[in-house]
Amino acid sequence: MGLIKFLKEKFSKKKEEKELTKQENNISEVNEQNDSKLEENNNIKKEEDLNKLNDNKNSDFDLKKYDKGLEKSRKSFADKLKSLSKKYKKVNQEYFDNLEEVLIEADVGVKLTLDVIQELLEKSKKEKLEDPEEINELLIDILFLKYVKENEDKNLELKFGSKNPTICLIVGVNGVGKTTSIAKLAYRYIKQNKKVLIVAADTFRAAAVDQLEIWAKRINCDIVTGLNNQDPASVLYKGLEKAKNENYDLVIIDTAGRLQNKVNLMNELSKMSKVINKLSPDSIKETLLIIDATTGQNGVLQAKSFYEATGLTGIIITKMDGTSKGGIILSIRDELGIPVRFIGLGEKIDDLELFDLEKYLYSLCINKD
Amino acid sequence: MAFENLTEKFQRIFKKLTGQGTLSERNMQEMLDEIKVALLEADVNYKVVKDFLNDVKQKAIGQEVLTKVNPSQMITKIVYDEIVELLGSNKTEINYNKNKPTIIMLVGLQGSGKTTTAAKLAYLMKNKLNKKVMFAACDIYRPAAVEQLKVLAKQINVPVIHEEGLSAVDIAKKAKEVVYNEHYDVLIIDTAGRLQIDEALMNELNQIKKEVNPDETLLLVDAMAGQNASEVASTFNEKVALTGVIMSKLDGDTKGGAALSVAKLTGLYIKFVGTGEKISDLDIFYPDRMASRILGMGDVVSFVEKVKDTIDEREAKKQAMRALKGQFTLDDMLKQLKQIQKLGSLGGVLSMLPGMPKINDEQKQRVENEMKNFEIIMDSMTLEERAYPEILKNSRKVRIAKGCGKTAADINRMLKYYDQAKMMMKQFKNKGGFGGFGGFGGKFPPNFGGR
Repeated sequence: MGLIKFLKEKFSKKKEEKELTKQENNISEVNEQNDSKLEENNNIKKEEDLNKLNDNKNSDFDLKKYDKGLEKSRKSFADKLKSLSKKYKKVNQEYFDNLEEVLIEADVGVKLTLDVIQELLEKSKKEKLEDPEEINELLIDILFLKYVKENEDKNLELKFGSKNPTICLIVGVNGVGKTTSIAKLAYRYIKQNKKVLIVAADTFRAAAVDQLEIWAKRINCDIVTGLNNQDPASVLYKGLEKAKNENYDLVIIDTAGRLQNKVNLMNELSKMSKVINKLSPDSIKETLLIIDATTGQNGVLQAKSFYEATGLTGIIITKMDGTSKGGIILSIRDELGIPVRFIGLGEKIDDLELFDLEKYLYSLCINKD
Repeated sequence: MAFENLTEKFQRIFKKLTGQGTLSERNMQEMLDEIKVALLEADVNYKVVKDFLNDVKQKAIGQEVLTKVNPSQMITKIVYDEIVELLGSNKTEINYNKNKPTIIMLVGLQGSGKTTTAAKLAYLMKNKLNKKVMFAACDIYRPAAVEQLKVLAKQINVPVIHEEGLSAVDIAKKAKEVVYNEHYDVLIIDTAGRLQIDEALMNELNQIKKEVNPDETLLLVDAMAGQNASEVASTFNEKVALTGVIMSKLDGDTKGGAALSVAKLTGLYIKFVGTGEKISDLDIFYPDRMASRILGMGDVVSFVEKVKDTIDEREAKKQAMRALKGQFTLDDMLKQLKQIQKLGSLGGVLSMLPGMPKINDEQKQRVENEMKNFEIIMDSMTLEERAYPEILKNSRKVRIAKGCGKTAADINRMLKYYDQAKMMMKQFKNKGGFGGFGGFGGKFPPNFGGR
């Protein structure tokens, strides 16, 4: 995947840069004339890197949609960075204070922001960076490296076994977009020729089942429903039986929205998770938490509680087409290590993409026009 | 999150500040920094925090620290008062028209809780205020949104106006006709969730406004919303001229700093808060409680009020005197337990106390059970034993255990708690604390309720 490549390049680029600066020092002592040549080298190197980066972007998937969806969130963030770098020819403490503001306003959270800014300060001092543009680049680097984990599977698609259906449980607080995300997810895998079954186990919210039924009809997906206020675990049971008997590849389970501090409701969720383990012990189990991009610092508590109740294999961040920046996913990753798998970029059925960190960070931080 | 709460942080800073008589820029800075972090962690918008703390600083500089409080308490009070003032008064209920229907339109982002809140509002108006209420279902976009409102409406027996194929504007218009013709008191218009930057949909809201001229246009703000809530509210306000705010999902463990951002930037008041999933879970907004919540200092004010109502002051004074003299008996502890139980569910009281933010529902339940156990045990003890628990040796414990059906271990646990409570009393005596509240006013002994 692109991420690994990108990471490798990042590392190697760093090394080279370090060596270059070393050389630079030596050379400048010996001969000043060589400097211009070196700069040229440097530029070429950077251009190459940029080209590689672009190649990655184009080959991986449709960047345009990503860009369009993120346009609004990107704009304000990137504009801020841009206007910052215009304002300052050289960086000073105030510049870093302003960066801090930009990060916090993106909901990145105080703790992580302070960590990142501290690291940025140290690194930029070490590398003697003073150009705001370069500092901004470095900021993205730091955010990137903080997120990436070495031994992690870089393929973010849902996992499929050879025999048993993959069971995907969707959880989250109220109003984050669980039902819509499920429709999008189902559509995504139907397009990949998987046999998908939706289980409407939100038996609590009024008309939640109707909402899902309408979606299922639109995308031509099978669905198992229960009655209002029926025990969701029993609907789940019905769904899992059907999936097993009729050879489905993927079962996506909708659950009622619940605030993470409601002990009983969280227990109910744990129970559902246990039912899945018991009924389909050999299935690959995915549990995805839906996080609304507008969520503030409470997102970390959400992730923590749901993680404790059901275990989580990833996050879908929704509503990224608005002006919110969803920085909370970086805090969640930092504190709990849960990766973002998908990103919701609009209201249409195909507005769900694999999460791509480099694109996320770049489209947030760099304005192309 | 493993953040220290503000109270704890202040205690730490305070140690450095003892003995300073006036608030100055220098001795305030560290506390203001901590308050800044607390506000940011509560999701108050960065710019709002900056402006807000500047105001506070101007107000605080030079103020004399009252003799009985320390500088950090002083600052907290100034900050707290300022937040309360910003959040506005709690007399912000809806004004009803006398001779014609009152029209209320609910707007907001997707998933902010418009439909659920519409039902809660209708329930409140119908059941508590005896109003004749009708809904207009104008969310024609989200699948089954109309169905959702219809299901809820059926539960509370409120009619819904909706017609397939009509635009949102036409549905609203039609509903207005019906409520005027049939003499309804209130029309609640539920609209589709929309992004504040979606020009087409924002225009739709304005069209509806033009046609039906609502008395109230209320924005739903999710209590869990982050930094962006301020921009959302400002833009909605600019584009459709809001008259107020309803904050939803406040029953979560979020601090709800968005309330402060919205208040500061739009000047709008929060009229109601959603406090649960039941249809009756809609409460009026209390700025003072919200202020304590945002600061993460427990709902001190509500607690104090509640305590005042319930406890016989003389009894409390008597106890305080005894406690101050160091005579704290098991009997006193039992009295305290009973008083606290009178306050209602201990869980509710605990969540209001500062220094107790990390207790979850399960732990609360455990503490409550423990208290009941103590009471049962003590009911099986003689007066002498209650006054001088030191005399409790094994044989007495066995007798008591038999009498109350508990084990000796339970009794020992109670005695351990008693010892700790007594210790705390002594500490309060030295520092001067929470009046008659001793053992329960500040903190529970560390291992109380734990296993």
